Amino acid sequence: MQYLLLIYNNERNWTELPEADVGALMGDYQSFTQSIAKSGHYKGGNALQPTNTATTVRVRNGKRTATDGPFAETREQLGGYYLVDAKDLDEAIGIAARIPGALTGAIEVRPIMQTPAPVPA
Amino acid sequence: MLATLIRLLGDFDVAEEALQDAFTIAVTQWERDGVPTNPRAWLISAGRNRTVDRLRRDDRFVRFTNTLALPTEPVVMPEEPRDEEDGVDDDQLRLIFTCCHPALARESQVALTLRTICGLTTEEIARAFLVPVPTMAQRLVRATGKIRAARIPYRVPPAGELAERLDAVLAVVYLVFTEGYAATSGDALVRRDLSSEAIRLGRLLVALMPDEPEANSLLALMLLHDARRQARAGADGDIVLLEDQDRACWDGAQIDEGLVRVEAALQNGGSGPYAIQAAIAALHARARVASDTDWRQIEALYALLLQRAPSAVVELNHAVAVAMVEGPERGLLLADAIDARGELRGYHLLHAVRADLLRRLGRRAEAAAAYDTALELVTLEPERRFLQRRLSELRQPDSNQAPAES
Repeated sequence: MQYLLLIYNNERNWTELPEADVGALMGDYQSFTQSIAKSGHYKGGNALQPTNTATTVRVRNGKRTATDGPFAETREQLGGYYLVDAKDLDEAIGIAARIPGALTGAIEVRPIMQTPAPVPA
Repeated sequence: MLATLIRLLGDFDVAEEALQDAFTIAVTQWERDGVPTNPRAWLISAGRNRTVDRLRRDDRFVRFTNTLALPTEPVVMPEEPRDEEDGVDDDQLRLIFTCCHPALARESQVALTLRTICGLTTEEIARAFLVPVPTMAQRLVRATGKIRAARIPYRVPPAGELAERLDAVLAVVYLVFTEGYAATSGDALVRRDLSSEAIRLGRLLVALMPDEPEANSLLALMLLHDARRQARAGADGDIVLLEDQDRACWDGAQIDEGLVRVEAALQNGGSGPYAIQAAIAALHARARVASDTDWRQIEALYALLLQRAPSAVVELNHAVAVAMVEGPERGLLLADAIDARGELRGYHLLHAVRADLLRRLGRRAEAAAAYDTALELVTLEPERRFLQRRLSELRQPDSNQAPAES
């Protein structure tokens, strides 16, 4: 079963961190990613550019609007994610707890909805 | 049986349907062929086989077999070696841990436990917690939905997680008990059905985990509190304080069992929050008259509890014990410190305790003000009447001396 692990952190944790600490944190993420790749849990994952690069798009009554910024202004922002394979929620929680960002922010664990495979065109 | 079917079928709703199916088949078949030697195994087996049949024809089956690797051949249940009557089995233990999984909200944990372990109906649970039936039904649907969608596992947690997970289970059982023992709102002081369900759950936990001192302590704590049920309310439903209770009305047999269990838990290395609270309840229960109460030990135990499981409510209880040992002035000092921090401002008992201590110190105007605050916050009718009575006594011009209380 697949879970998306969404990493929420205060972006300033990154921007205000001394360069050496940023390097160390990157190293932590790298070794974490390697460890879950080796154990077979890793299905994908990415870090995101900060929210000042975000654009929010809506379509209402056929009219498209695109506005600057993320959908919700919150104290912690979505900064990256992992897609993992785990046998149940407990295993997914165990993996989430090892993400370096869990130490300062929060990880949201979302099960991937099981939908029938799309019919090839 | 429900617990076993949930394990076999991996789904709460499907298991409930299966059990109903099994009973329906049993009605006709047992009448024709006689009652089988092991009715429980028969029902489980019938429920399971019928479900597999039904799901095979059902489009859900595709989704279902994907996740469960369900065998497609009918399965004959082995004869169960355990005593069928006691209903204690590993399936139930697994089910308790699933119902009390930390990924579920506490109110859902409580509802699911009462629904699946105690077999209460949705209507009964709704009534017990004073919420509309559709609200409770929604809560249960959402919780079972999350168990399924997020795949909350159905198992006893491994040793490394057991202590933390057991805490949640014990907290749910104790919450059911306290809601029954001291309802948070409504007209009745005690909702007996919930207390007895909690004690039944406590017994089940002890049977499932006999070496767990905290499980035994929780059961002891509930038994000791519940033993005083008769004496806690007067004929008119009014509160009778611990010190004024007719101790002859306490349930002696239940107290004896509680005391034995506390001893056993302490000897088994129990030193957790429930062991300490049970030890405190034991000291109250042992006193033949209120003035025999060993407040010095109770005070020491509350101090210990404060270290183990710090909370403002425990601090308040400690303040009351200190007042009993060292006098109301020292107790008031501690209660005022809690008040100054503001955490318990909305808790009527903080103000009721302050009012009582001020009254005993003869500071009547301040006491009356504290009773007023407590009255604004109280939600339970008998408690409101009690506070009102105290306040009117205080305002009577001729009662210049507060009645002695110890």
